[in-house]
Order: sequence, then C-alpha cells, then structure tokens
Amino acid sequence: MYRYDELDDTIVRERAAQFRGQVARRLSGELTEEEFKPLRLMNGLYLQLHAYMLRVAIPYGVLNAAQLRRLGHIARTYDKGYGHITTRQNIQFNWPALVDVPDILDQLAEVGMHAIQTSGNCIRNVTTDQYAGATPDEIEDPRIWCEIIRQWSTFHPEFSFLPRKFKIAVTASANDRAAVRVHDIGLRLHRAADGQVGFEVLVGGGLGRTPYIAQTVREFLPKEHLLSYLEAVLRVYNLEGRRDNKYKARIKILVNSEGIDEFRRLVEEEWTSGEGHAADLPREEVERIRRQFDPPAFDRTADDDLAFNEAVAANTSFARWTRTNLAPHKQRGYAIVNVSLKPPGAAPGDITADQLDVVAHLAERYSFNEARATHEQNICLPHVRTRHLLDVWRTLDTHGMATPNIGLASDIIACPGLDYCDLANARSIPIAQRIADAFSDQALAEDVGELKIKISGCINACGHHHVGHIGILGVDKKGEEFYQITLGGSASDDAALGEIIGRSLSSDEAVSAVQQMVHFYRSARQPGERFLDTYRRLGADRFKQLLYGKE
Amino acid sequence: MKAVTANRLTDGRVVFLAPDGLWAERLAHAAFFDDASAESVLAQARSRITEIASAYLIEVGEGGSAAGREALRETIRDTGPTVRSDLGKQAGNG
Amino acid sequence: MIHYEQNQFRLSERATSDATPLDVWRSSGAPLGAIVLVANTANNEDLALAASRASVIVLEFPTFVDGRAYSQARLLRQRYGFKGDLRASGNVLRDQALFMVRCGFSSLDVDGAAKDGYDRALSEFTFYYQSAADNAPPAWRLRADRARAA
Repeated sequence: MYRYDELDDTIVRERAAQFRGQVARRLSGELTEEEFKPLRLMNGLYLQLHAYMLRVAIPYGVLNAAQLRRLGHIARTYDKGYGHITTRQNIQFNWPALVDVPDILDQLAEVGMHAIQTSGNCIRNVTTDQYAGATPDEIEDPRIWCEIIRQWSTFHPEFSFLPRKFKIAVTASANDRAAVRVHDIGLRLHRAADGQVGFEVLVGGGLGRTPYIAQTVREFLPKEHLLSYLEAVLRVYNLEGRRDNKYKARIKILVNSEGIDEFRRLVEEEWTSGEGHAADLPREEVERIRRQFDPPAFDRTADDDLAFNEAVAANTSFARWTRTNLAPHKQRGYAIVNVSLKPPGAAPGDITADQLDVVAHLAERYSFNEARATHEQNICLPHVRTRHLLDVWRTLDTHGMATPNIGLASDIIACPGLDYCDLANARSIPIAQRIADAFSDQALAEDVGELKIKISGCINACGHHHVGHIGILGVDKKGEEFYQITLGGSASDDAALGEIIGRSLSSDEAVSAVQQMVHFYRSARQPGERFLDTYRRLGADRFKQLLYGKE
Repeated sequence: MKAVTANRLTDGRVVFLAPDGLWAERLAHAAFFDDASAESVLAQARSRITEIASAYLIEVGEGGSAAGREALRETIRDTGPTVRSDLGKQAGNG
Repeated sequence: MIHYEQNQFRLSERATSDATPLDVWRSSGAPLGAIVLVANTANNEDLALAASRASVIVLEFPTFVDGRAYSQARLLRQRYGFKGDLRASGNVLRDQALFMVRCGFSSLDVDGAAKDGYDRALSEFTFYYQSAADNAPPAWRLRADRARAA
C-alpha cells in the first residue's frame, strides 16, 4: 500500500494543526457556527442527533495494522468503543467531543490517517474495488490511480467550494465492485481494441433525491491525461453547476440538463484550451506511486492445501464460510477473506475496538499487513494463504466476524438512520436486523443465494437503496415510520435503479414483504437465477401483484 | 407548548433550555414555553454561541414529552439510539 | 489602504465601490487602466476581455461557500495571462486565503474585523499536492528534485 513520505506526513499534520486553530476560534466564539460549519465539514465533522460524528477517511478502503489499532484506540479513548464502516469505505465515530477532535486528528496523523474532505462541497474519498491488487479479474491495480486522484484532490484550491459534494470511484475489472455508474465521476480502466489501457470516463451518476446512472463523457482517455481531464470536468461543474438549490446542485443535474453531448463539448473545450495539461503527472511520479502497489512477496510455490481440504470436509461451519465468505485470489494458494460485520442482532457495519484489534492482528499475521474497508460495510483481508484459512476463520468466529453471509440476504447495507442521523426520516437499523433475522438460518440464506438488500433512512440514500436488488427507503408519514420498497436495482456493470412497486409499508409489513418475495423467488426461479435475475425475467408486475394484489 | 433544544458545543450532546436559563440534558428538566413567547426565547438562546450550536424549537405535549410530527426523532434525541439501549442518556452514559 | 505583504498578497481597504461592473466598462469602450468588477457568472469572453485591458480585476464571493471565483482567478492568470492586481471581494474567511493566493489572487477586500490571522493562515501549509496559479512547486516536483539530487 502507499506509504506516506515526509511530504504526505507533513500535510496531514499541518491540517490537524489548522483544525485545532479553527476549533479554538469556534469555542471562543470568534467563529459563528455558520462560519465554522463548512470548515468542520471539510474535516468530516458532522453534528448529528446525539453528538458530533467524525468521519475518518480510509482512502480507497486500504488500512494497515497500525492504522486499525489506532482506530481501535480512538474508539476506546474518545468514543464509545466502536466505529461504523460506511458505504464509501470510510469509518465513522458517533460520539467524539469537539474539544477532543484536534487530539484525535493528531493521533490519526501519526499513522498517516486523517478526516480530510470526508464531508463538505469538495472532492470526497475516492473509492474502488475492495479486491484491488488481489483479484484475478482486474486489468491493473486501480489503487494506483486512486492514490493519484487522492493527492491531486486534497486541498485543491480551485475545487474546495463546489456547488455540492463530489464523489469519484475507480474500477479496473469487468466486474464492477466499486459502483462507478452511480458516482459523480466513474472511471473504468479497460483495454482498448489496440491494446492500450485507459479510462472510460463516466459522469453524472448518483443516488439521493434524483438518482441517475452515469453517462459516458469519454470512451477512452489515455491514463497519463487523467488529472488534466478531471480538472476540466471539475472546472465546468464549478462554474456551471447550480448553486440556487441544494437538491439540484450535483453534477448529475447539470449533465442531464445540458445533455451529455453538450456537457462533453464543454469539457472537451475546457480540456483542449491550452494550458498544456499542467495537472498531469510526469511519468516518474506515476511510477513512484505505482511501485508502492507492487504485489507483496507471495509464496509463488504455494498450492492448494491438503489440510485445508480436510478441514472443509470435517467442519461444516468452516466449510460453509469458505463457500460464502471467500473470493478467488490471483495467486494460487491464496484467497481473499471477507470479514462479515453483519452478525445477527448487530447494527450492520459496526465494528468494536476489540474487533479492530483482531483485524489488525490478522492483517499483520496473515495478510501482508493489509485489510480493506468495503462499500458494503464489511472488511476484507486481501491476501491469505489457504493453509491459514482455518486459523483465520477460528479467530474471526470467536470475535463475531465470521457470519457466513457475504452477498447474501443478511449482508444488508443500511445507513445509520434515525437512530443516529440528523437527516433521517425513519430508522433503518431495526428493520435491517429484523430482515437479517428472518434469514438467520444459514442453509436458507445460502439457498436463496446472492441478494443485495439496501436500506436508507431518508431520500439522501446513503444506504444506496436505489441500487439494491431489494431497496428499502424509510419515509415519514405523519410522524410514523413507513418503508417504500424498490426492486431490481443494481450497482454493478448492469447498473440500474430500482422500481417502486407500491405504497409504503409499515415495518411489520415490509419485513413480511421481503419474506414473501424471497419465498416466491424460490418457487419461481430457474436454474442459476439469482433473485435479481428472476425479478428481471418476470417483471415488476408479478411482484406488485404478489404484495399488493388484493388492493 | 414548546421547548428549546440544541447541541452542547463542546461535546455535541443534546441539551434543553432549563427554567434557570442553563442547559439541561433531559427533556424532563426543560423549560416549556407557550408558542407566543417561544420564538423570542429561541432567538436569545441562539445568541449563546459559545455554549451551544443548532438550537431550535420542539413540540412538547401535555405530559412534557415530545409531541407532534417529530416526536419519534426528538424522543430518540432525548434518550439515545433505539438499537443500543446500553448507550446514550437512556443508559446514563450520554 | 492597508497593505499586507506576504508573497505579494495584500489586504486592501479599497472597497469594490471603486470598481466598474464589466458590462458598463465594456459598453464605454473598455478603457485601459480600469478597475473592473467581474461577476462570478461571467463567461470566458468576458474574462479574456478583462484580462487584456483592465489593470485591476475584482472577483466576487457572494457567500463564502460560492467557489466560482477560484476557477475564474486561475483562468485569468493561467489562460488569459492577466498580470495586474486580482482582488477578491465579498464574504470570505481567512481560512480561504491560502486557496485564493494559490488560485492567483493578489489582494483581498476585508472589513475591519477580518484583518487578523492572515499571515498564519497563509503559512499553515508547507507543501501542496497539486499545481495551481501560484509559483509553489507541487509535491511531485519536490520529490523529483530530491530524487535527482540524491
């Protein structure tokens, strides 16, 4: 992973010192809350229902053991013993005191971490495939480009006061695990017909009040021009994006009101206007960054392990976990281990200080000192030897992180909702727990197979409900919580927005509806079909009929 | 009836304007105002920028608990996350 | 006029009242040597004209969260070659001063209350990751220099 040099290190330390000064000016009253708010948001500090909430950046999801341990320390010392993994690969703490945040930032800076630009109308954390650098199905490691974008976008003087937040995601695989098509800018590394590797640049995707799938602004952009092209897109957005209405201020609104052809024309005109692509990095710097993502020292003689096969045969729980929670690794004899943060009864994506320490230990010992936060609110250990899987599983299992449910019905994405969030209309965690509970029978969950349920507590869609196979949106009807179901969404290459299938339901009705739909799916599916496939084949009307037929 | 709520500046904890003009942590200890005087009380509270942030009025019912459309939200703010009965003011570790 | 000199960035007490709005200036023949106020909705033609003939250009921050003038400043300096005083007016916090300097602003209209702390605000960061309209070398250039020197 990228190792901070003295320059990177100085930048985060100086930012922490700057924020210390800003906090002091707020506490003394020199800054009003109105003045302080954009400053604290640019440092990831929200004021939520119960307390401040600090969103710490995990750039493109990558963490090492020292960082994991520091996060655990912060959870214990300054918070209530836990953090929450977000849908943008960051981690949130729900209870820090403002007066402690400068110390927290100093301690994060010591391990090369920060909360820079995790909120505010600026360029946010760049996210990517949690399997980057380990998966066999990528063209090259997208994290190289994520790091390049991270540096370019950090304290960018021109783009720190955009009309609205700006989210960029990068994928390098035909299997998009980064949801690039629902980002403000999505970058898809691919090989052109002539063999050259470059980016397809997509713009104007996004969820929230007015969801859109991104459109292609450029089919092929040579890698070396990435930053200058991004500058062109951002400059057009900065100058032309709406600032009169917070709900119409994202780039997706601009792209759709101009039309993609006109938007492209504006970007290309800006890009070719003659400062010679000054933002583009020289090849030496790209190579310096690329080298930091060289593969770790894999044992290239490693092979499938007899002991592993025997353990699978002898231990049904372990066997199930290997079926559901592992992903293939490009190096023979290794596997990607998914660490489930969706055990029965817990809030999806929450992780305790003790669990952070356990993941640190496992990363250090078994995964070349690397772990990843995923946008599905789990963690993964990217490079684990097959022969260590049993030990890793046992440790995870002891600490409640081995629920065999990755990608299954109880692997639910849920925002914090009305239990925590100032913006929410309804709670999301309780309904997530009830649905997960309905699929706690592991054999049932495995039989149902891949089912991505995503729950948001309000229209801001932080739970990504628009792109759930089953999406659930909490709404407020006369002060009571109701839930709107959407079906058929997908965040992957087949990106699609879910369709609303009927009136909103009470919590009981919604949980029952999910069970009914899954039951129907199991009876109606054809071989090899996931829930999403059966839905697409049969169509929304069948499901509307199923749930609302008597109405 | 209305009460004034805000977040304490130093630690972000939910507080309510109390009869003595200080900030109490529980709605049960809050001062209640009739609708006519509530706005001016709020304006005065908002000027106390070194003590609190994000002050606003909430609806309270006859029994002194949160009422109206935002009752659930304000009850959660007063007690803590419903999914963690071990956290927040409901558990005495607000 | 208060001068505050740090990397040529000055605090100015000359308010935007002495600036002529661009449309008015243009319709009177765009005379040379003018102090021209350019709205943050101006187009590239407006910027090019102002850059070629004004001696001072004033850009606006109607609220401190409206960041259009940062782009305009960079365009004026880097694309249209403006060499005169580029002044920021409106609602700004000193926390934004560094971004302004980096985008090419050379002076800032402030009211009496906001004069303090600019030297600190402007020297809070030693390194910058990206190049902008100022002369500061981006981090990658410093790294390349160090690698060459080593």
